[in-house]
Amino acid sequence: MAFLSIQGLTVSYGGKADVLRDVSLDVERGEVIGLIGPSGSGKSTILRTLVGLLKPRAGTVAVDGAKVDYGSRGSLRAARDRFAIVFQQYNLFQNMTALRNVAIAPTLVKKRNRAEVEREARDLLARVGLAEKVDAYPDELSGGQQQRVAIARALALKPDILLLDEVTAALDPELVGEVLDTIRSLQRDGMTMLIVSHEMAFIREVASRVAFLDQGAVVETGPPAEMFDRPQSPRLKEFTSRILRH
Amino acid sequence: MWEQLVEDAPRFFSSWNLLFLGEALLNTLLLSYVGAALGFAIGFGLAIGRHPRLYGFGPVRVAATGYVETFRRIPFLVKLMCVFFAFQLSGAQASLFTIALVTVVLSAAAFAAEIARAGIESVPAPQWDAAEAMNFSRWRVLTRIVAPQSWRVVLPPLFGYAVGFIKSTSIASQIGVMEMTYAAKILNTRGFSALLCFGTILIVYFLICWPTKRFGERLEARLGRRAKA
Repeated sequence: MAFLSIQGLTVSYGGKADVLRDVSLDVERGEVIGLIGPSGSGKSTILRTLVGLLKPRAGTVAVDGAKVDYGSRGSLRAARDRFAIVFQQYNLFQNMTALRNVAIAPTLVKKRNRAEVEREARDLLARVGLAEKVDAYPDELSGGQQQRVAIARALALKPDILLLDEVTAALDPELVGEVLDTIRSLQRDGMTMLIVSHEMAFIREVASRVAFLDQGAVVETGPPAEMFDRPQSPRLKEFTSRILRH
Repeated sequence: MWEQLVEDAPRFFSSWNLLFLGEALLNTLLLSYVGAALGFAIGFGLAIGRHPRLYGFGPVRVAATGYVETFRRIPFLVKLMCVFFAFQLSGAQASLFTIALVTVVLSAAAFAAEIARAGIESVPAPQWDAAEAMNFSRWRVLTRIVAPQSWRVVLPPLFGYAVGFIKSTSIASQIGVMEMTYAAKILNTRGFSALLCFGTILIVYFLICWPTKRFGERLEARLGRRAKA
């Protein structure tokens, strides 16, 4: 069984039609999966479902052989220990400094030694290029800096799988590069990642495999070069031709 | 008129009258501060009980919402009468003071619940998402992330209402609770000039309300700063 195994995942909310339909995806350790597709195709829904922010209606998720029961608090807690998610809008805690944002979950939730966690948090912030900003509050940071704090916060959890949900979509173009550089270095370190992004060139560069979603279903998966250069399904052909034109 | 005031004043500010007014002042203070403190505590509980992400049990949410929406819309005097007759009907022995206190608490709880709700909602939902995904318990989301950011929104209207409750306690005089307004009425019927009686409690009310408002502003400035720095 794959390290992360998603089988037949189906999600609906608000009494509407399924936003995810029978999605299956296997991810091996160290793989970087690019999730692409038009807006509303369900890419972000997959990530939000994995961390239990949405409840699946059907299907199974297993991490490292352990099945996740999203209805059980204990099982959900265990799953959330495996994943860390970074959001499009950073979602930093506005009442805490960058350092506290990064250190709070390991100290408070994982009950680790505060001095040790803060040392790690400083290292992580240095790693994303924010050594001088440890004491800054989110509203004193640019979007790109906030997003890098958010990535550091996710890494502080020592996740097995990092979920990146359109992490550059809210950034000014000149700030996108700094965040992508951070992600590149994670890929080099062998971090398992699921990346939802509209940065096709970036996906092509870092992803080991790409899954194309449309209307809540996985239409096609494959290595990025094949997906972008020789799309099989008509929907992916249409999508890539539209993307590549601009 | 001025001459009469000057002539009346020594007689009015006799030690007996001052003791009488002092006891009434104590009741006003107890009604206001104990009532508001208990009410606000219950109100925050109601706000938590009403919030879908903090408390999951549907019937409690509906009941809490019903209570808040009803009690915010009934005039204080009517609430006072309702509590009064509710105690009579139940046959429970309660002093007039207790009845007034219960009314202040019920009233303050409803208003505080609504203010706290606005405070909780002032924190953007995505911060909840982030915290939940990191395994924060609901209680920790509330105490570490939501509450520290809510004070700025909650404190100004809360102290506004606190001052309002101090003034509302005067309505308790309608059922004969010996608080300041009732005391002034009694002294007035004993022949002291209305200007002296009500002028005195006017000043005392101001001396309670104004520092309360100032305290609220100070607290707001302090908590606001801590939330930032």
